[in-house]
Amino acid sequence: MSDSDKPIKQTTQPVIKVRGLINRFGSVVVHDNLDLTLNRGEILGVVGGSGTGKSVLLRSIVGLKRPNGGTVEVLGHTLNELNDKQRSQIERRFGVLFQRGALFSSLNLQENIALTLIEHAKLPREDAEHLARIKLSLVGLPPQAALQFPESLSGGMVKRAALARALALDPDILFLDEPTAGLDPIGAAAFDQLLVTLRDALGFSVFLVTHDLDTLYAACDRVAVLSQQHVLVVDTIDKVAETNDEWVQDYFHGPRGRAAQSANTASSTNAYRQE
Amino acid sequence: MPSEWIARHDQTVALQGEWTLAHYRDIKSALAQSDIGQLTHETVSLDAITRLDTAGAVLIIELIGVEKATSVAEWAAELPKEQQALLIRIAEAMNAPLDVAQPSHSRINQALASVGLQMVGLWSQQRQLLAFIGLVIATLFHLALRPRRWRLTATVAHIQQSGLNAVPIVALLTFMVGAVVAFLGATVLQDFGATIYTIDLVAFSFLREFGVLLAAILLAGRTASAFTAQIGAMKSNEEIDALQAQGLDPIELLVLPRVMAMLISLPMLAFVGMLSGLAGGAMVTSLSLDISLTQFMITLQKDVSVTHFLVGLSKAPVFAFVIAVIGCLEGFKVSGSAQSVGEHTTSSVVQSIFMVILIDAVAALFFMEMGW
Repeated sequence: MSDSDKPIKQTTQPVIKVRGLINRFGSVVVHDNLDLTLNRGEILGVVGGSGTGKSVLLRSIVGLKRPNGGTVEVLGHTLNELNDKQRSQIERRFGVLFQRGALFSSLNLQENIALTLIEHAKLPREDAEHLARIKLSLVGLPPQAALQFPESLSGGMVKRAALARALALDPDILFLDEPTAGLDPIGAAAFDQLLVTLRDALGFSVFLVTHDLDTLYAACDRVAVLSQQHVLVVDTIDKVAETNDEWVQDYFHGPRGRAAQSANTASSTNAYRQE
Repeated sequence: MPSEWIARHDQTVALQGEWTLAHYRDIKSALAQSDIGQLTHETVSLDAITRLDTAGAVLIIELIGVEKATSVAEWAAELPKEQQALLIRIAEAMNAPLDVAQPSHSRINQALASVGLQMVGLWSQQRQLLAFIGLVIATLFHLALRPRRWRLTATVAHIQQSGLNAVPIVALLTFMVGAVVAFLGATVLQDFGATIYTIDLVAFSFLREFGVLLAAILLAGRTASAFTAQIGAMKSNEEIDALQAQGLDPIELLVLPRVMAMLISLPMLAFVGMLSGLAGGAMVTSLSLDISLTQFMITLQKDVSVTHFLVGLSKAPVFAFVIAVIGCLEGFKVSGSAQSVGEHTTSSVVQSIFMVILIDAVAALFFMEMGW
């Protein structure tokens, strides 16, 4: 939760500052001198071709991969300089949604979410499961889902449940790794909508790795393009789409890009008409 | 009753402080201690709340009721928009039914149901095993006449993994058991002055039983579990479905190479087990009973006919088949979760060891009656 006196948007207080990040796997350089900033309360979309290191960037910020160089500053603390305890304190303020959900398969949904509430917030099981059911309802899952196990869920439900788990501790920063991949367009659109609604209500910042053009148009405040081992451009989507780069042009102005763009303009004109 | 979280001024109840997850329990117990009850109709002030998150919002909504929370904009206009949005959103979420009725049964019913479930499970497990054995044998005969479709590479790879790589552990284990049996024999037979028969004891027990039995039990633990985990991981990754969808037969591609590899490996390992069991026995007899190695060999040749060796070795292919088939079948039974892979791996080891010992007992009875 951000402080109550902060307005919802338009603040430029950075919550994540990545400076000079270097990541290598053997001789393969994934990131070279990469800079990126995530501001409080914004949804930042991160795009890039396959293999440009979007997920690696996410993992370096979250602390699952130790960078080969550079600094990652989160909420005013440089991650590499912290000891384990301080690091764990910071990591509690993260919520991560992994690409395939990564729900714990031996726990049912409400236990999946209650786990961190019990372990970190030290709530009694009963309270934790009560809050967990509210979180499930918050992401739009029916009450019966609380007792179901991950293996019996559809892809869309898994994504929603994983979002509920990522939200369990009311994180300051939410990391989403391709949240709409594998969802049908209706489910994906509903997910985009849900994300924006929850962001407005809960005030977290979102680091969103995606391939989904519709998500970029519908949900993201800014878009960062990863290319050639660094951030090529980061700006609002309209300005990013103007960038003079072959990949960016192909991406935003290919057939799918145009479709997403026109769908977005159509829906916003409709909204104006209704007003 | 002023407290850190809640205070009453005349007709107004003021909520104050940090209503967050970190203070969830404190606030809850403070609310329980105060006689505040429900605040559905009273005037509530939220101005003094410094921080609010979902957990705090849940507590507030439980206190003031969903309806009042939804209309928060009307009575708490000065509350920041963000927190109003939070309250409304959580109230909507809480308005949906949250609790699901869990079916409750009496304990006796539950106990009976669980016994019944176990019995049905056991029955269907045996049926599935028989059906699977039939399927494997049918595929085996089908392919026997079509050498082009034999998966030689896969078979050899499995022979290396489950046969060759198991040689050191099988040899070491049987060597030690051979020594133990010899010690036992020496101790017991000494009273009769018949320590020379220790050689017969070691030879009979290893050729007929222990060589093949120990090798089979080791492979049941080592290889059946590996088969289950390999096939189970493929199953949960939908690889088996992918094979079938491409018109390929998982029995032919996955099961037969494993079964063939076991059929070839286990007799060889059993042979290794017999030899190193005898070696263990020979070591003990020569070191502690003063029976020379030459005498050991001579007695072996004189007293122990080759029948015993054949009786022992004849069981190896049967054990191999059962172990491989159980390992593969349990792999196919895996469903989705990581837990399921673990359960079926355990089950495959337990089942295959059980079947090996059961078959061995029946075989011992049979061979005794036959006088072999």
